[in-house]
Amino acid sequence: MTTAAPPLTRQRAETSAARASQVWKVYGTGEAQVVALRGVDVELERGRFTAIMGPSGSGKSTLMHCLAGLDSVSRGQVFVGDTEVTGLSDAGLTRLRREKIGFIFQQFNLLPTLTAEENILLPLAIAGRKADPQWFKTVIETVGLGDRLGHRPSQLSGGQQQRVACARALVSRPEVVFADEPTGNLDSRSGAEVLGFLRRSVTEYGQTIVMVTHDAVAASYADRVIFLADGQIVAELTAPTPERVLDTLKSLDRPAPLGTDL
Amino acid sequence: MLRATLKSLLARKLRLVLSGLAVLLGVMFVSGSFVLTDALGRSFDNMFSSAMAETDVLVTARPAIDVSELEGESVPGMLAAADRDAVAAVPGVAEAVGVVQADGARVIGTDGKVVASFGPPRFGANWTGETGGLELREGRGPTAADEIAVNVTLAELSKLKVGDRVGVLTTKPKQMFTLVGVFGYEGGLPGQGPVHEVRFTEPVAQELMLGAPGAYTSLSVTAAPGTDPAALRDAIKSRLGDKYVVQTGQEAAAAIAGGFKSFLSLFNNILLGFAGVALFVGTFLILNTFSIIVAQRTRELALSRALGASRRQVIGSVMVEALAIGLLASVLGLAAGVGVGALLAKLAADFTSIVLASIGVPLAAVISAFAVGIGVTVIAALLPAVRASRVPPVAALQEVATPDRPLTRLTISGAVIGALGAGAIAFGLASSGDAVMWLLLGGVLATFIGVSLLSPVLARPVVSVLGRLFSWSVPGRLGRLNSGRNPRRTAITAAALMVGVALITGVNTTISSADKSLRGDAETGFQADLIISGQESPGVLPTFDEALLPRMRAVPGIGTVTAEYNDQALINEEPSWAAAVTDLPAVVRDLSLVKVAGSLAQPGPGEVVVDNENATEAGLAVGSTVTVKLPKGEPTTYRISGVYERAPFYGGFIFGTDVVPGMRFPQPSFAYVRLADGADAAAARTGLEALLVDSPEMLVEDKQQYLDRELGEGAQLLLMIQILLGLAIVIAVLGVINTLALSVLERTRELGLLRAIGLSRAATMRMITVEAVVITVFGVLLGVAVGIGLGAAVVQGLADEGLNTLAVPWPAIGLYLAAGAALGVLAAVLPAIRAARINVLTAIAHE
Repeated sequence: MTTAAPPLTRQRAETSAARASQVWKVYGTGEAQVVALRGVDVELERGRFTAIMGPSGSGKSTLMHCLAGLDSVSRGQVFVGDTEVTGLSDAGLTRLRREKIGFIFQQFNLLPTLTAEENILLPLAIAGRKADPQWFKTVIETVGLGDRLGHRPSQLSGGQQQRVACARALVSRPEVVFADEPTGNLDSRSGAEVLGFLRRSVTEYGQTIVMVTHDAVAASYADRVIFLADGQIVAELTAPTPERVLDTLKSLDRPAPLGTDL
Repeated sequence: MLRATLKSLLARKLRLVLSGLAVLLGVMFVSGSFVLTDALGRSFDNMFSSAMAETDVLVTARPAIDVSELEGESVPGMLAAADRDAVAAVPGVAEAVGVVQADGARVIGTDGKVVASFGPPRFGANWTGETGGLELREGRGPTAADEIAVNVTLAELSKLKVGDRVGVLTTKPKQMFTLVGVFGYEGGLPGQGPVHEVRFTEPVAQELMLGAPGAYTSLSVTAAPGTDPAALRDAIKSRLGDKYVVQTGQEAAAAIAGGFKSFLSLFNNILLGFAGVALFVGTFLILNTFSIIVAQRTRELALSRALGASRRQVIGSVMVEALAIGLLASVLGLAAGVGVGALLAKLAADFTSIVLASIGVPLAAVISAFAVGIGVTVIAALLPAVRASRVPPVAALQEVATPDRPLTRLTISGAVIGALGAGAIAFGLASSGDAVMWLLLGGVLATFIGVSLLSPVLARPVVSVLGRLFSWSVPGRLGRLNSGRNPRRTAITAAALMVGVALITGVNTTISSADKSLRGDAETGFQADLIISGQESPGVLPTFDEALLPRMRAVPGIGTVTAEYNDQALINEEPSWAAAVTDLPAVVRDLSLVKVAGSLAQPGPGEVVVDNENATEAGLAVGSTVTVKLPKGEPTTYRISGVYERAPFYGGFIFGTDVVPGMRFPQPSFAYVRLADGADAAAARTGLEALLVDSPEMLVEDKQQYLDRELGEGAQLLLMIQILLGLAIVIAVLGVINTLALSVLERTRELGLLRAIGLSRAATMRMITVEAVVITVFGVLLGVAVGIGLGAAVVQGLADEGLNTLAVPWPAIGLYLAAGAALGVLAAVLPAIRAARINVLTAIAHE
């Protein structure tokens, strides 16, 4: 394993929103050892929409969790912006989440006790910051929730709830938004709305988004798709279409020698 | 189904530990009090049977005035010397030893103060040699009139040594003696239990303790060899007739021990009452735990219903769980109770220096442990079980199965039950007789249940108002919202705390009101400048030498000194207090008494005045006669010469000094002092105190000091009750911990989400703490409200007894609220740590 030299770090930090360098993730010890990530190197460019795909157990969720600082890595380094995530204390991670990261989960995204608006503003409130009213208005208009802001999550449909979650992730203008199967629980129409909204926030406002998905259509909204298998990056597509994504996935299903040049 | 139930029980064992703990504590309290009183009871048996070992037959005089323990001490009766001779002449009697023994011999220790007793009698007795297990440890028995021997207990407490000159107070003023001997009892004991004993020569004992030469309190009879004690008892009985109690030694020992045991059983009942409160609170906790668990298991239960389980099986599965917890808690609670009971018995035995009998586990402890432990748990789980059985199978397929059910039914039933409870209390306070206690008990219980049922409705507005206090921070706001989101859960948790707080507040309100009422009346009514009175002391009415009265009046600056003598008497066969005064008009003036009828001039011989309440009760009016029997002397007829209005702090029969010779302590126990105009109060007081040097129990106090001391006992009672109710509070706090822990578990994902979007660990803990504090403060508020209501009801009910002012103890209530908030913080510690430690990743991971 090599350690990245400081000048290189600085240089790369200027272009990447998040970066993993030789990241290994090992669960358990001895016989029960499972290697989830095997020396992954990846750089996620600023202002781009990246999808991470792969079959179940490929390590795609683990990679995202490690990039977001939700999970610790066994070896290697992770950066968000110019902050090294690996080795941060709980307080440091909390600050990182407040300042640089937005999250959209598959479900359980919202606090049932708060209204949609309160949920959207919650990260800012927790961090003790005020929302930029102009930006807040833009976000609300983009997600199309104007008339639903006073509703509680239980009064919103699944698609609306996910749009609230998207608005919440974006309202603090984080360095990077991590979305974990954001459309996994939605019907295709609601899913398309949410994905369209994520796409727009990248194109129009330059937001960086990293999304884990197993849905080829969802992945086709991204600028770039990274494919994982067995804890390694095995393929990559830019300007994906659903067909090309599906083809790539099919090719991964074929027993191919791992670690070959792609 | 059974296996599935037990498995799920084991899977949730941690959640159930706390509710099990509540039952365990209650059971421990119950079985512990049985074990304690059983061990002490048998210790008393042993002690008295060894004291009676050499007595074949005991002849005792019936008490001159027999009163229950709550009303005071019975006045001992007397046997004449002729009776002893008659008994000695009965065939089969080897020896009849006359015994003089009466409470009230107070030794003045080397520090000049009376050696205090915490309750046991301070016997003055005659020296009968080394009999009845008595053993001389030092010196000899008294042979001259100015000699005494004391037991080791008293010698150690007073630090007196053989050869010392000792002042002893008896029914007569202080007399000086030489300590010639120190004695103990068989087995190296310092005394018979914690009793203090002074032994005089027989004539002195008769004179000082009974005020009657030649009299005895009992005869200890030894049978001639070969005579059966029971036969001898019957022979003596036929000889003496019905005047005296004649028992074999064994019967007498059992009877004496029985007296102690009846006191112990009273003590036991008090402890059980507090255990009952604790268990009542525990019921809330279990009910809540099972409700939450059933709610969390909705899908699981629905699945089992979908798979074919019947409603009865679902109820059964919850009940089996309750039964298992109840059983376990009972077993552990019983074990803990035996331990605690044994420990307390050991402490009590050491403290009272009695020989502790072996610790046993009485059947009552075992039966009550299981009945209470299992009963409480099963009853508390019944409601959640029935609710569980109503989960429809389709709930297994739904996302969120339990919408907030409306509270209407709950509120209506709460209002009805609460109203019934309040009605029962009102009715109970207004009526009299045996039913009163049950009416009040039932009423208080119903009130608690009613208010508990109402509390969910109250929770929303109160919690939202309370929560505003904490809303300045985001965690505080989230905590407030969380505590308001399941009003039932918040409410029942708070209601558990309410019970203990309500009882404490109720007692405190009653005591404060009594204090304020008496103080208010006394402050306007008491016109005396100084009051001479004795410190309350068990079994003894402290008095001072009446020969001092003229000298007191001669002290510079003293205006008038009016003495009052007190003792118990039988008035028209009813035990009653009798007072005798040297100058009734002065008393009327000093205590602001008001005439109702007749004359309030000093009662002459054969005359008595009485207050209007006693007069009405006994159907007396001016001119009617009453029969008065004093401890010493024969029944005599007195005529009512006047009736005065009962003052809240003064009432009863007032005689002239002609009754004083019939009193057991024929010396003044009170004196009301008026200063002369322009007198130097401090100098006058010092003068009086100097005169009272031989009566160390007597205090010279002004009105304020006197009231503070007299009313100080209420504060002690309150403290005791607060300590005993502490258990109920502890259990309620366990409930708060439990509710929070279950809520944290339930909201794992939510907490994970909050952490993911930037909530720090400290803020997470703050959020849980606010939730806890809101719950506990809500509980204390409920308790304070109910407690003030209960207190007000009692004050209203006791208006006849002179409680004319309702005093709400606001400072104490402020303290309770602060303590409630502190308990909330305490209760939140573990759940908050748990919440802060939640791994964000597992919390948000897909199912």
